[in-house]
Order: sequence, then structure tokens, then C-alpha cells
Amino acid sequence: MILQQQISVELNMRNSPSDPPCQSALFKGGHQNITFHQHVNPSQFIVWELLQDGPICRRLFSNSGNFWHTGTISCNIPELAAEMIHSLFLINHSGDIFLEKHWKSVISRSVCDYFFEAKEKAVDPENVSPVLQTPHHYLITIYRDKLFFLSVIQTEVPPLFVIEFLHRVADTIQDYFGECSESVIMDNVVTVYELLEEMLDNGFPLATESNVLKEMIRPPTILRSVVNTLTGGSNVGDTLPTGQLSNIPWRRAGVKYTNNEAYFDVIEEIDAILDKSGSTVFAEIQGVIEACVRLTGMPDLTLSFMNPRLLDDVSFHPCVRFKRWESERVLSFIPPDGNFTLMNYHVSSQNLVAIPVYVKQSITFFEMGPCGRLDITIGPKQTMGKTVEALMVTIHMPKAVLSANLTPTQGNYTYDLATKVLVWDIGKLNPQKLPNLRGSLSLQAGAPKPEDNPSLNIDLKIQQVAISGLKVSRLDMYGEKYKPFKGVKYLTKAGKFQVRT
Amino acid sequence: MDVGFSSLRSEAVGAMRTALVSAENLQLTLKTELSQEEQALTHTKSSPKETHKTGNEDLKEMLESNKDSLKLEAMKRVVGLIAKGKNASELFPAVVKNVASKNIELKKLVYVYLVRYAEEQQDLALLSISTFQRALKDPNQFIRGSALRVLSSIRVPIIVPIMMLAIKEAAADLSPYVRKTSAHAIQKLYSMDPDQKEQLIEVIEKLLKDKSTLVAGSVVMAFEEVCPDRIDLIHKNYRKLCNLLVDVEEWGQVVIISMLTRYARTQFTSPWKEGAMFDENNEKAFYDSDSEEKKDQTEAQPYIMDPDHRLLLRNTKPLLQSRNTAVVMSVAQLYWHLAPKHEVNIVTKSLVRLLRSHREVQYIVLQNIATMSIQRKGMFEPFMKSFYVRSTDATHIKTLKLEILTNLANEANISTILREFQTYVKSQDKAFAAATIQAIGRCATNISEVTDTCLNGLVLLLSNRDETVVAESVVVIKKLLQTQPTQHSEIIKHMAKLFDNITVSMARASILWLMGEYCERVPKIAPDVLRKMAKTFTAEEDIVKLQTVNLAAKLYLTNSKQTKLLTQYILNLGKYDQSYDIRDRTRFIRQLIVPNEKSGALNKYARRILLAPKPAPVLESAFKDRDRYQLGTLSHSLNTKAAGYLELSDWPAVAPDQSVRNVEVIEPVQEWAPLVGKTKKPKSDKFYSDDEEEKEEERSKSSGSEDSSSSSSSSSSDESGSESEEESSEESDKTSSDSGKSSSGSEKSSSESEPEQKKKKKMTKAPQKKSKPTAAFSDSDENGNGPVAQASSSSAESSSDSETDSEDDSDSDSHATQQKKKRDVKSKPKVEVKSKVEVSLLDLDDFSPAPTNAPKSLVVSSSLLSDLEGLSLSNISSTMQVTTPSFGPVKTYELLHHMTGKGLSAKYHFSRQPCLYQPSMVAVQVILTNSSDHSLEEIHIGDRSPASLNIHCFNTIERLEPEASVTVSMGIDFSDSTQAANFQLCTKEDQFSVSIQPAVGELLMPSTMTEQDFSKEQGKLLGMNETSATITMATANTSSQAISKQVLCAANVGVVSSSANNFHRFAGRTVSSRALVLVSLELKESSTALLTINTEKSVMASMLLRDLKQALAQA
Repeated sequence: MILQQQISVELNMRNSPSDPPCQSALFKGGHQNITFHQHVNPSQFIVWELLQDGPICRRLFSNSGNFWHTGTISCNIPELAAEMIHSLFLINHSGDIFLEKHWKSVISRSVCDYFFEAKEKAVDPENVSPVLQTPHHYLITIYRDKLFFLSVIQTEVPPLFVIEFLHRVADTIQDYFGECSESVIMDNVVTVYELLEEMLDNGFPLATESNVLKEMIRPPTILRSVVNTLTGGSNVGDTLPTGQLSNIPWRRAGVKYTNNEAYFDVIEEIDAILDKSGSTVFAEIQGVIEACVRLTGMPDLTLSFMNPRLLDDVSFHPCVRFKRWESERVLSFIPPDGNFTLMNYHVSSQNLVAIPVYVKQSITFFEMGPCGRLDITIGPKQTMGKTVEALMVTIHMPKAVLSANLTPTQGNYTYDLATKVLVWDIGKLNPQKLPNLRGSLSLQAGAPKPEDNPSLNIDLKIQQVAISGLKVSRLDMYGEKYKPFKGVKYLTKAGKFQVRT
Repeated sequence: MDVGFSSLRSEAVGAMRTALVSAENLQLTLKTELSQEEQALTHTKSSPKETHKTGNEDLKEMLESNKDSLKLEAMKRVVGLIAKGKNASELFPAVVKNVASKNIELKKLVYVYLVRYAEEQQDLALLSISTFQRALKDPNQFIRGSALRVLSSIRVPIIVPIMMLAIKEAAADLSPYVRKTSAHAIQKLYSMDPDQKEQLIEVIEKLLKDKSTLVAGSVVMAFEEVCPDRIDLIHKNYRKLCNLLVDVEEWGQVVIISMLTRYARTQFTSPWKEGAMFDENNEKAFYDSDSEEKKDQTEAQPYIMDPDHRLLLRNTKPLLQSRNTAVVMSVAQLYWHLAPKHEVNIVTKSLVRLLRSHREVQYIVLQNIATMSIQRKGMFEPFMKSFYVRSTDATHIKTLKLEILTNLANEANISTILREFQTYVKSQDKAFAAATIQAIGRCATNISEVTDTCLNGLVLLLSNRDETVVAESVVVIKKLLQTQPTQHSEIIKHMAKLFDNITVSMARASILWLMGEYCERVPKIAPDVLRKMAKTFTAEEDIVKLQTVNLAAKLYLTNSKQTKLLTQYILNLGKYDQSYDIRDRTRFIRQLIVPNEKSGALNKYARRILLAPKPAPVLESAFKDRDRYQLGTLSHSLNTKAAGYLELSDWPAVAPDQSVRNVEVIEPVQEWAPLVGKTKKPKSDKFYSDDEEEKEEERSKSSGSEDSSSSSSSSSSDESGSESEEESSEESDKTSSDSGKSSSGSEKSSSESEPEQKKKKKMTKAPQKKSKPTAAFSDSDENGNGPVAQASSSSAESSSDSETDSEDDSDSDSHATQQKKKRDVKSKPKVEVKSKVEVSLLDLDDFSPAPTNAPKSLVVSSSLLSDLEGLSLSNISSTMQVTTPSFGPVKTYELLHHMTGKGLSAKYHFSRQPCLYQPSMVAVQVILTNSSDHSLEEIHIGDRSPASLNIHCFNTIERLEPEASVTVSMGIDFSDSTQAANFQLCTKEDQFSVSIQPAVGELLMPSTMTEQDFSKEQGKLLGMNETSATITMATANTSSQAISKQVLCAANVGVVSSSANNFHRFAGRTVSSRALVLVSLELKESSTALLTINTEKSVMASMLLRDLKQALAQA
């Protein structure tokens, strides 16, 4: 029925104004492949094929003497208005589609085959191109938490728009259920479906603020699911969300807490590349302020810094009043309720970045005999007087490395034979007794000596310090009478911290 | 308690487990279905039906039961089926019955089902329509909204008319949420039935006028899909969209920005210097001497940016700080396509910031940076290190970073980059290593200084263990040698030595080609290589064979003594090759080089043909021509034109008429409106610039006398035009009250502003059609927005004309015309005021309930409260008219004279808008003008007194160029007293104490009420809350219109409709304490009247009484 309808639309068209209208139509095949013939003139006719996953394929057959020549014709089909995101498929690591959502007409899941093909080629799921083109659609995919979120697009749309949205979907699922995995999604499939329904209308994002969504669809808690099973209650909020309509769509109305508290975590990540000799090739600091605000009513907060000049480039949650920041360098905002990212910042590159640890390493593979040697020592460098914790070294070994026989002076190591990843979990860094990992690596017999030494990726944490020196000076609250409990925590982490060898 | 809870918990766990088991079962069945699907590629309907028959029967029963909980459970399972892509269509009858359920969750799930299957079961779906139609009338806006959402999602062609009706109705709904939904529905309807286009465009046109930020994004989206070519619909909304942009939700921002990019490219002239069209050399020079270039530009170019163009750029800039990567990217592309070249750089930092985001975001952003960095190295050069590759990056990210690094390479940084490349070459990711070698090759060709270094480095790589690396090196070396016609025989020899170990065919072919091309430089080696090839010829790949034949031919020509036999042998082998390509080639070569009787002609030229000097290949970026697509688009990402891609048009050579946008009112939200001073400027420039014809056209209709005035206006605006304009407009405002209605004057003024109203045809509606300019305001009024900026901008033109006229052109103009013009000036504002009220009333009728709360929604506030207010009013539309805010003429006061302000002058007026910052504040618009000859920096507000004074300052104005002026808005909390607000206006160097003293009438805001309410409230405020006096009015003021005008002029109150002719009522509230202020005027005989003011604030009452008395007494 649908297909017939589409065809009737097509029938009204001609290839050019001078063409005679369609003279005969012939329907053929089942409901998936419909073909009909359109006689343009006695010596030519066009076959329209309606494919399962695409609108239409046209072939021009022209009769010149004895042969029917086939050729494709391009005619101007009026662009059927299409929405931004047509369908969404969730695909797990092994390539099973476990959820599909269509915001409009249904697109067959066979469209995903193009994606699987690309995935096959790329070997590593990370390497699959986020934007793929198929004959009738465009596929935009994100890979997160071992899941693919594949969206089907039909017309021009900024790809980042779709990518950003898909990440929001993943964020929302994470926010609702604590993690974003196949099992969690399948356990809560109805809630996820309701969420998707609310987040997108006709392919255009509708409500993506977590505060608004949570008013409409309550996140499950164990207690509530118990109550719901007993009473037949629902997860759908019976109050209607007001946030969506107000000036501050990110905050729900009527928030009430007995303990009013606002916590801010200033988290900085050091991105660095160190070369063989330990000198810095590239280093920069990226920071983020994560907030957890549980305040009654409509509090208006102002957060100011001791040294805002440090911040070079910033991006804000929509709640932050940009103009105040421009003029006074303070963050003034009415916060969303709950957890959110207040701002991201980049510390100006003029400032020298303190590198908290140094690494002495030597990894050698011998020309003779299938073995190599590894020796790594890590010591503190500029730690601002704090202890380095959760120190961890990850090495992606060359394929030829079969096994590792190493002895750590501190912590323990694992070597994954399949992925060839060596992980050395050190823990706290003791400046008196530097951790060391040494031993031998055995190589595949006959394989050529690896050309290149693997680089080391370092993870670490330093509590109670922001490595850039950024400090929050005060937090003021306006608009509400009570006194909130305020707290600021600092944390420095290694971001993409890499030592080349 | 604990025990109880834990048992409860275990129960829950048990329940969940059973649910899990059933889910697993479902999955299992799904699996089998899948495999079936795979086997028989065409999946038939019957098989899933069979597999689920039992389950679905069960569901059907549950759905038909009486218990909500059972139904809900069933629906959940059905939705689960849908989610897994399984067919649940036969449940349709059972499900659709529940559409009217009271249970909200159940209802929602039914909606989900309906939207999915309605298309397949159209007849049954129709059963549900009436439910939605009913819900469309629901008092709750959410129910109305979601009903429309679902109704429009049901793709059943029969209901198109119903949808159309629903959309039209919803577009005029009071709730912005419902209007937003209707914008979404437009697209849905359009995709179902494109024949509705014309009607839908009408709805879009209406919705584009909407002031709510909630609606803006969605309606622009609809516009883009239904009628992206109807750019004329945007004109009037352009400024509004620009100003609302910051407050629109993120997704809407993206859509609006991309639409405005297209719009701007059709409406403004290019800000790019001619001749500097992305010239590489020019570009470099630009970055070496930044300031110099700037000077150049200002000197050489008569180009002055359209203020609307500037408005767009300025309003999008803060969005670079958005957390949404799509928004940042869209602003970046806007700047790339629209901003003057030296301003594009501001997007760099933000784009680099996005590189910290998710992998997919990186991919897109890097692609765009790659395109940008080809044309403008300087933009990203300082951030070169951000593009360094990490071993953990995905391959496509690595390749893109490499691309960018190569684009950024220049003489200064090449050594750093090459050192970086050395690391990459050793990467374990061989595809990436190969890409690096190509990148080195590109660097070598682009930067001649390092060619030799690169070549040597590449030669070293030839001894690399990895085959792909070697092969890639050979190919690149081949290309490099070609570009370097100098002696490189050593390298060729070296490659010949390696030849035996190389197995990659492309590399072997490359070496053979090199041998042949430069065989004269390696006379000993080349024949030997050919000998080896003759041995292995049959086992080689096609491409190698072809090159062997080539080599043989070339050697035959240069060194036939040694190679004649070899060549013959190879040609014979080729003759019987399997590939026809090789057979063809062999035949061709043989005829060409071996002389025989038949083919003498070409033989002579064989040497010249085969050994002709060949042009070196150009090593270019793969992103070289990507800029033909708009940045940030899907087409750009794919490098092919995606369906529905809209080309970005080239800049027009001559800007289309700018005045088309004038109709729209500037939001008071903006803090810097370039309006008053600036709109004029480019216009005046126009007079002198070469696009005179266009102007000519505009003027052609206007009368002769106007010619002289326009020329004089240009002269006046040349010397700080804005100032004189304001003064004159202020003057005219004052005089407006006493000037009578002179129709001849109004006609005159209308002709003067002809160009502006050309587009305005709707004025026919207005009863007082004589004065055309008023029609131009109809838009602003129906939206309840202030005529502030507007009035000054349009009236300023004519008024300043006449003034300067009388001074400068006195010899050409007769005294009489001067007189006449003066009168024009006086009469004009008056006419405006009067018809303003009327036009707005008219439009209200036209617009039915919606605009009631327009004055509120314009502030973006669409709070529930205001909605409810609107709702309660909706059924008494006759009295609603009073709610339109009253706009008297705007009085402008001087804040700072330019003499005392050392060049900085400031004027202010009360915009009579609800203040955005705090409701208790009075909104004040300040126009800052720089009349000095140097630019003023950091204009801001300093100390204030009394110290407790609550002021919302405008943002610091970083820089105000000479002759420029900005309009900023600020909020002052006067706490309902007329005590002056004193504060300091500071520039970088100076501080000036200024004060704003409000008239008591400005401390009010209009209030809406019916006559009954008025009487009721008045009854409560008797006794000492009542102040009254008998006043004498000027005879000119006895008409009811005149009274309203005078009162509204003096105080910001609302008119209350009155049943009695001799009774006039006005209502307002004080801004800070919200105390009611009721003004009633009872006309007595012989132009006396009883003026009564009822309010708690007795001081205010007496002051107001005095003011009103004065206002009504003067004519």
C-alpha cells in the first residue's frame, strides 16, 4: 500500500516537460521489489525499480535496431523532504542489531550491511569511518562503550549535528542506567524507547536536556521498579515538564532538598608527548569543572576564580551567562539539578606545563635470537608536593612479541597475548623507592625484529591539586535564602600522556 | 524493617530475573528469524507471524483485559518487539483501542505503536484520529502538543486536510510549545504531501514572525525543508533571528546559523578584498605583517560592512563557546564563509578545542581544518602541535592530522615537522607510515629548501624492512626525481640495487620507469635491469610488464647496440601476453621503434615521442578542492554532493536592497545595536560609491524636492551623522505633542522614506493610510515591541535631512520649502504614534488570540505563568486589546554631552520594555556615540551612588570607533522613587559622573485588565489612596485618541477599554513593588476633566498627577 502510494507520486513525473506522460505501468514482483515500465516513446522505455531500502532505481532501455540498450537516466525527482535523522540502529560489538528506532517510515535493517562491510575492512572498530555513503542513504556512526550507534540519514545535514546528538543519546542512557551497554539497554528497552521518542521528533532533536527528560520519564530505581511491579505504576512522570517551556530549560521546577549542597570538581588532564630523551614534544592542560548541585528552588550561583587569566579557551554549559564571563570573568549561572559539566577549559599555552613524572626506559630487541629486553623506571618530577597515585603504564607491543617475563619492584603487570597490550599497574609513586619493571620479552621465532619501539601510555592521578594552578576563589548564591553547603575538589589526571621510545 | 526491605528486594530481583528470561527467549526467537532472513534474502511476512503467534495471542488477551497494569505490561512487550524490529502489526486493532487510555504511560506506548504501524493499517488508524482531534482542544498545552505530534506522525494520506487544519490552528496557539510542535508538523506534512506547499509556506511565514526562542529553531528547520529558496521570507525576521540566536536551544542554533549563512551570501557584498582571493603568497604576507595589512585594507578599500552583516557576525561569536560541537562548527563555517579574512582567526581556538572531543567529532573537525589549512596556513600554524599524532589515534584520524601538518609546513617549521614525521615513519601502523612518506614527498616538492634532505631521508627508507614503506618510498622518490631534473644518478643506482628485493608491483614499476626515463644517466645499469626483467617477465604483474616494455623501448632508442636482442625478446613475450593491454602496447611500441617499410612516418619521431621531457607530477592535498562545498556539511565530509545539498551562492556584486530588513524591530535584548548611528552610514556611503544606479532606482519615484534633501543627508551623515540625528529626533519628539495633525506634512514625509516602504503593502489595512511610514511599524507593534530604534532610524533620516538642509543648502532651497520641511519633521512622529495604536489593534484582530501575551514572549520568557494568563484571557478576546503595551513617542535625554565627555556622548531613553535582567528594573537604552577623532576603549559603568543602587550594567564595550555609536541596554532598579541613579561612565582613560532621573511615568509598566476589574480595583484603593484634581485640557486634546496619546506619552500605562465615551481609564503597576496605579479621566464640559489616580503610593500619585496635568494641558 505504501509502495503503491509512492509510485503514484512518481507517476506524475516526466523526465522532461516534452516527454509524454507515462503510458503504461506494470507492477511486478512482491512487495519488496516493484518494477514498472514507463514508455517514453516507442523506442524507449524506463524501468522503475523500487528497491527495498531505497527510493527508486531507474533504468532507461532504448531500442536501436536489434538491441535494447541499458542506461541510467538522471531525472529530477523532486526532493522528498527528509528529516535529519531517519532511523537509529544499535549494534553490538559482534555485529548484531539489537535495537532499532525509526522516526519515520521504516528503513530495512539491510542498510546496515554497508556498515558491516566497512567494519570488516577496518578490522579495528575504532577505524571505521564515522560517515559512510550508501546508494540511497548516508550512515553516520559513533562507537561508544563497545556499541555502535548507527543513524541513517537521507539528505544533507551537518554531520556533527548527528554525531553530537548520538553522543547525547549515549550520555542520556549512561545517565539513566549508570552504564551504556547492550544488556542494560535490553533490560530497559521500553524506557530507552520512550527516551528516544522524546529526544527526537521527526528527526529533529526535541528534548535533550537530562533535567527535562527526567521529568517526563523517570529513571528507574530499584525501589520504584519494585513498587511498579506491585502496583502497576509507571515510569512516566505524571507531572508535565515545565523546564522545557521556561527560560531555563535545563532546570526542572520545584526542586526540593533537605540538605542543600553544591560540589564542584576541578579536573585537569595533562596531554603530553615526551620524546625518547624525556624532553617535552608537546604538552597542554585541558580542564573541566564537573558540578553536582542539589539546591532547593531557583538558586543563582556565581563562581569566581583567583586567577581566571589562566583560562585560554572555554566552553560552557548553556546555563552560564556568557556576557558576565566576558566582562567580569566570573561564572554566573542558574544550575541544572544534579550532575552536569559546567565548563571545559584550555589553559593558555604560554604557561609551561608541569610534567609530574619522568620515565627512564629502554626497550631493545636483539637482532640475534628471538628476544628483547625491557627496563622501565618511573620517578616524580614536578608533583606540586603531592603524591602521584593510580600510576599505570600501558604499552601496545609489536605483533611479534609473544610473551613477557618481567619483574616489577612495585605493583603488578599483565600481558594480554591476544591484544599484545602490556599493562603495569603501579599504584602510588614512592619517591624514596622508585618503581621499576624489567625483564625479557620473547619474540616470535623467525619474525623480523620490530622496527619501532612501542610508546608508553601513562595514567596517573594527583589529588587535591589542579596542575595549572587554577583556584576557585568563591561561590556565592543569590535568589534563595538558605545557606548551602559548598565544596570544591581538585584533581589532576594524565590525559593522553605518551612517552615515545 | 531491614528484613522487610531485603525480602522486598529479593522479590524484585526474582521478578526481574523472570523478565530477563522472557527477554532472552525473545532474543532467541529473534536469532532464528534473523538467520532465516539471511537465508532467504526476501523475508516474507508469514514467517515472523508464525514464530510469534502464541506470544501475540497472549498479548492480545492482555491488551483486551480491563486492568491497566496488564495492558501496560502487554504494551511494554509490544514496544520491545518493535524495538527489536519484529512485526507486531496484527496487534493493531487491540492496541488502537487503548489510545484514549487515562494512564499516561500506556498512552505514550500506544502512541509509539501507532506511529510505527499506522501507515500499514490506515483504515484502522483512522479510528484513533478523533481522539487526537479532541486532544488538540485540551486546555493543557502539553496534551495539545503531543496530540499534534502523534497526529502528524501518522502517515495516512487521508488525514492530510485534518493535519493541515490542526497545524494552522496550532501555529496560532498561545503556547510556544504547541507552536513549536506545529513547526515540526509542517515538515511531516510536507514530506507526505508536497502539494500542500503553498499553504504550508503561509504557516511558516506566520511562525517566522514568532518571537519565542522555542519556536525559532523549529520553524527555520521547516523553512529549510519546505521552501529554502523563499529567502524573501527571512528579510523581515533577519534581525530578530540574529538577536534571538543566543537563547535558542542548541539544535535550533545549528539550523539557524546555516540558514543565515546562506542568506548572508545572497544579501551582502563580499568583505574580502578584491584580488586577495585566497592567494597563498598574499596570505603569508598577511600574517607576517598583521597590522600593516590591516591598514592597507582600510585605505585601499571603500568597502564598509553592512551593519546587518556585522550583526550576524557579532551575535554568533559567543556561540563559539558552546558545549555543543555542532554549534561551534557551524559558527566556524559561518565565519569562514562570511567574515572578513582577518576575523576568521577567532574560530581557530574553538576548533582546536573540539579536537579533545569524541573520535567522530575529531574526524569531522579535522576534515574541515584540513580544508581550511590549505587556504590559510596562518590560522592553524600556532596550533601545529595539537595535530601531532599519537599512537593511540584511529588510522583515519592519524591520516587527517598528517594531512594538516603537511598543509601547515613552511620554511620555518619544516624541520620540526620532518622530525615529527621521522617518528611516524616508524609507526607500527603501516598504512599510516606509508601516508607519512607521501606527506614527506609533498613537503619536499612544496618547500625547495628541504627537497634534498627529504630525498636522502627517503632513500634511507629504501632499506627499511617493511615492504609497504619501501614501496611507498620508491613511488615518492620517483615523483621527486621527476620534479628535480638535476643529477640523481646515485639514487637511481641505489634503487636498481634494491630492485631484486622489492616485490610490490607499483614500486617495481616505478623503478623501471625511472631507469627508462634516465637511462642515459645510468648507461651501465639499465641494460642489466632489463636483462633481469626479461627473465622474470612472464611472472610479473601487468603494470610491471608495461613498464618493462617501456624500458625496453627507451633503451632500444638510446642504446640499441646492447639491448636490441633483449628488446626483441621482450616484445615477443608481450605479443603473446594474456592481457590485451600489454599486447596492444607491444604492438604499438614495435611499430614505433623498429623500422620497417610500412611504418616509416612515425619512426622518425620515436625518440621524441618516447623521450619527451615530461612534466613533473604535482603533489597536492586531497583536500585541495574540498572548499567547493560549504564547510561542516555532509557533502564536504564525503567530498560528493549529498542529496539536498544547497549550494552557497557567490557574493552578489551589488548588495540587494538593504532596507527590506528594516521593518523588523530590534530587540531590546541586544546590548549594542548598531542601529541608530550605523544603519545610516553605509547608506550614505552608497551615495558616493559607484552603485549609484541602484539608489537611483529607489529614488526614481520620489519627488524632486527629495533629491536635494537626500544629497544633503549624505553630507550631514558624513560628519558624525548619528549625533545630529538624535538631537533632531529628540527635538521632534518634543515638538510632536504640540504640533497639530498636518496631513500635507505627513504625505511629504511618506514620500521621503519611500525606499523603506516599497515592500510594505499591507498597510492598506490601516485606516489612516495617508502616512506610509506607519505601515512600516505595523510589524513591530503586533509583536508588542518598542518602536524605539525604529522610530529614530527612519525618522532620523528625514529630520536630519531638513535640518542640515536649512544650514548648508540654504542657497539652493527656498525659505518656503524649509518651512515646509520643518513641519514635516514635527508632524511625522505624531502620525506615527497615533496610527501605531490602531494598526496594532487591527493586527490583533487579524491574528486572533495569539498576540495577547506577545509582549511577554518577546522577552523570551515563555513561562508557564504567562501561558496561563493567556489561557484565561483567551475567551474574552474583545477586551484583550488593552494588553498591547502602549508606546508613546520616545523621549531621549542626554546623559553625557560630548563636550564634557571628551568626545564620548551618551543619550538615553526608556525603552518601556520589561527589563530582562530583573523584573524590578526599568530598562534603559543608552546610545553611546564617539564624536572624537580617536577610538574610545573599554567603555563601562564604574562606581555608582547610592551604593545600594542596583544596576544591571551593559557589557564593557571594548572599542568604539570614531563616529560610531552603539546602543546598549541597561537595567536600573529605581525602587519606585524618582531619585536619580548616579553612576560613572568610564572609558579606559576617563570617568564621567552621570545621572539618570526617571520621570515618574517611566517607573510604571502597563497592566492589563478589563473595565470591571478596573472598577473593582479602584474600589479597593479609595480614601487616602486616591488623588484627584480637576484639570483643564488643551482643546486639541479632547478627542479620545489625543488623550490616550498624551497620557501614554507621559506614563507607561496600559489603556483600559471603556464603554463610556467621556471616561478614559489607564492601568499600570510600579516596576519595583508591583503596586497598582490606576488613572481615570472623566471629561467634563468645556475641556475640563476630573483626573483621578488610585494607588498605594501616594507620593507617586501626586507626582504622576502633576505630570499628566501638564501633559494634557499643553497642545
